[in-house]
Amino acid sequence: MSDQAIVEKLQAKFSSAVLNVVEHRGETTVTVEKEQIVEIATFLRDECGYNFLCDLCGVDYLGQSPRFMVVYNLYNIAAKQRLRVKVPVEEQDANVDTVSVVWGTANWHERECWDLMGISFNDHPDLRRILMPADWEGHPLRKDYPVQGPDREPYQGRLS
Amino acid sequence: MAVNSETMTINMGPQHPSTHGVLQLILDLDGETVVNATPHIGFLHRGTEKLSEHRTYHQIIPLTDRLDYLAPMSNNIGYVLAVEKLLGITDEIPERAKVIRVLLGELTRMKSHLVWLACHALDIGAMTVFIYCFREREHIMDIYEKVSGARMTSNYFRVGGLADDFPEGLEQEIRDFAESMPGHVAEYEGLLTGNKIWQKRTMGVGKISAEAAIDIGLTGPSLRASGVDWDLRRDNPYSGYEDYDFDVPVSDECDTWARYHCRLEEMRQASRIMIQALDKLKPGPVLADCPQVCLPPKEDVVNSIEGLIHHFKIVTEGFKPEPGEIYQGVENPKGELGYYLVSDGSPMPLRMKIRPPSFVNLQALPQMVEGKLLADVIAVIGTLDIVLGEIDR
Amino acid sequence: MGIEQPKTLGSGFITTSLDKLVNWSRASSLWPLTFGLACCAIEMMSTGAARFDLDRLGVLFRASPRQADVIIIAGTVTKKMLPVIKTVYEQMPEPKYVIAMGACASSGGVFDTYSVVQGVDEHLPVDVYIPGCPPRPEGLLYGLMKLQEKIRAERNTFGSAIGVGEVVQPTMASSV
Repeated sequence: MSDQAIVEKLQAKFSSAVLNVVEHRGETTVTVEKEQIVEIATFLRDECGYNFLCDLCGVDYLGQSPRFMVVYNLYNIAAKQRLRVKVPVEEQDANVDTVSVVWGTANWHERECWDLMGISFNDHPDLRRILMPADWEGHPLRKDYPVQGPDREPYQGRLS
Repeated sequence: MAVNSETMTINMGPQHPSTHGVLQLILDLDGETVVNATPHIGFLHRGTEKLSEHRTYHQIIPLTDRLDYLAPMSNNIGYVLAVEKLLGITDEIPERAKVIRVLLGELTRMKSHLVWLACHALDIGAMTVFIYCFREREHIMDIYEKVSGARMTSNYFRVGGLADDFPEGLEQEIRDFAESMPGHVAEYEGLLTGNKIWQKRTMGVGKISAEAAIDIGLTGPSLRASGVDWDLRRDNPYSGYEDYDFDVPVSDECDTWARYHCRLEEMRQASRIMIQALDKLKPGPVLADCPQVCLPPKEDVVNSIEGLIHHFKIVTEGFKPEPGEIYQGVENPKGELGYYLVSDGSPMPLRMKIRPPSFVNLQALPQMVEGKLLADVIAVIGTLDIVLGEIDR
Repeated sequence: MGIEQPKTLGSGFITTSLDKLVNWSRASSLWPLTFGLACCAIEMMSTGAARFDLDRLGVLFRASPRQADVIIIAGTVTKKMLPVIKTVYEQMPEPKYVIAMGACASSGGVFDTYSVVQGVDEHLPVDVYIPGCPPRPEGLLYGLMKLQEKIRAERNTFGSAIGVGEVVQPTMASSV
C-alpha cells in the first residue's frame, strides 16, 4: 500500500481527527488531533501494519500556537514503509495520552520527552525523569531554556 | 529452619567494570535470582541535541562522532545522509564518495563488533579474546588515522561527500585488511565457540521472542538473532547499498549465543562488502558540485578571493535548507540509528532528534534478566552491545 | 652439582634517602582505577591492550577504588555523575592522584551545555591534564610519565607516611 492509500484509509476512518497531510522529500507526515492518538495508533498498528515505533519525540515551536508537536516515526517491517504522525500540544495543556500500550518501546521515549521537553503523558506506567537527575528543575530542550543552563553566564569568547 | 524470603537490593554501577560505561542498575535479588532490574541512565547526558540547535549543519558533524564512539563513521553517515535528504541533494553525491562511505561504514561495523566481542568475552571471563580483538582494532585505527587524521573521532564525511580523498596506497592496505579479517574471525571462533564455559554462559541466556523484541523496539543484530529478518541496508538501501551482494544473518534461537553468531557473521559479511566496494572504487570527485552547501577546494581558497569568500560564507553562515522535516535511518552496528531533523529555514536545525539504537535496546534488559541469575545480567549487558555515549547523548 | 652456589645474596645494601625509596615505589606501581566515562575510556582500553601495554610501566588497572592510587577521569563529567566521582575519589586511600584525560575532563570540551561540568578541576585536585579529544594512547602514556616525575619530586613522603609532617609538593619548575 502506498503512503497515499494509507492516508486515505486513515481519513476514511478518522475524518475529523486528521488535521493536515504534508509530503516533503518523499516522506508523508500526518497531523492528527491529540485526543484520538491512541485509537489512531492502534488502528495504524493493527490495520495498516505499522508494527514498529522507531522514534517518539517532542518539538518546541516557541512563538507559534500550538507550541509543541509530539512526533511519532512509524515503520512497517513487512512493507518496509515509513510514516510520520504528529499531534499538536498546547503549552497550557501539555499532555498527551500514552501510546506505550500500543508499542512497548514508547515507554522510555515518552519518559525522555517528559524529561527534556516537559510534555507529560497521561496513564504512562512510570513517568519519571530519565536522563536528568531526579531533582533537576526545568526541561532543557525547551527553546526558552539556555544552552549553558540557567545558573551560568554564557561564554562570550567565540562567534556562535 | 526458617527461610528468609526478603529480597536484597544491590546497586550495580555507575562505577562498575562490566557495565560498559556509566550505566547504573538497581537489582532486587532473591538469593542469586534477579526479581527486579531497573536501569538508571543519564550519567553521560551531554546535551548533544540541545547543542546542535545552536550549531550550523556542518558544525554538528563532530558532535555525531561522539554519540556512539565505537562507530563514529557510521554516525557520520547517518547524519550527512539526513542533511542531504533535507536539502534534496541525495542524487548529486558522487559515486566515489558513496562507495567510500559504504567501505568505511563496513570497516566501522567491524571495529564496533571487535570492541563488543572483546568486552563481552572479557566480562564473561575470556581474557585472551580481548587482546586479540584489540590487535585487529589497532589496525583499523591506523586506517582511520590515514583517512581522517584521528584515531577515533574521525569527522571525515561532509554534507555532499567527503572531506578529502584517500591518501595514496591506502586502498591496497584496506583490501589486505579486509581479506585477512575472515581468518581472524575464525581465530576468535576457535577461542570461544567450542569453549564449554562460553557455551554455558551464553546458550539460553537473555532470551527474547520476536514479538517481544519488536514491541520493545530492538533493532540490529539483537533483533535479527530473535528471528526478524530486517536490515535497513537491504530493505531501505542508502548510499548505494542496493548494488552490493551480501547476506543478512538471522537466527531463531533468540539467546546470547545466537547474537554472538549473528555478529560474527556480520563481520564476515562486512569484509565481503568491503572487497566489493574496493572493486567498485574508481577515481573521481569526492564532493558534490553544490556551491551552496559544499566548501570549495583548498587551492581555490588560498589562491582566489572568490574562493576565500565562498569558504568564509559557508563556514560562518552555513546553508539554509527549506523548511520541512525528514527522518533518516541507517543500519548502525548496534541497530537502527535515526536522525529526525526539523528545519525552519535557518542555518541551524530547529530540532535534531537522534534515535539511538542502544537506548531502545537497553529498554529490553529488565525483561531479559528478570527471573534469571545475577551472573547472567553481565552476559545480557554485553550481548545487547550498549554504548552509553548514544544512550545518554 | 659442580658449581658452588652462594648460600645467601650477601648483605646487598644500597644507600638512598627514605623519601627516594618511597617515591620510587609509588611511581613504579601506579595502579589506576578502571573507571571509564566516555570516548576517552576506549582509548584508555587501547592503551592497556597489547600494542601500547601499560603494564610495562607498572600500571595495572584495579576495579576497586580501595586498591587504586590514581583515578583517570576519562571522559565527560556530567552534573549527574559528579557526586559518584566524588564518592569514588573519597574511597581511594592516600596518597592519591587525579589525571584529567581529554578535553571534556579538563575543560568541558565541545560540550558547553547545561548538563556538563566544565572541567573536573572545579571539584577534584587534578595533577595532570592530558589534551586531546580523545588523547592518543601515547598522550596518556606521557601523562602517566609526567605524573611519575611529579611523584619522584615529592619531599617528606616517608615522614608523612609515619605521621611526621605533611608531604611537600614540588613547585611547577622543579617537577619538569
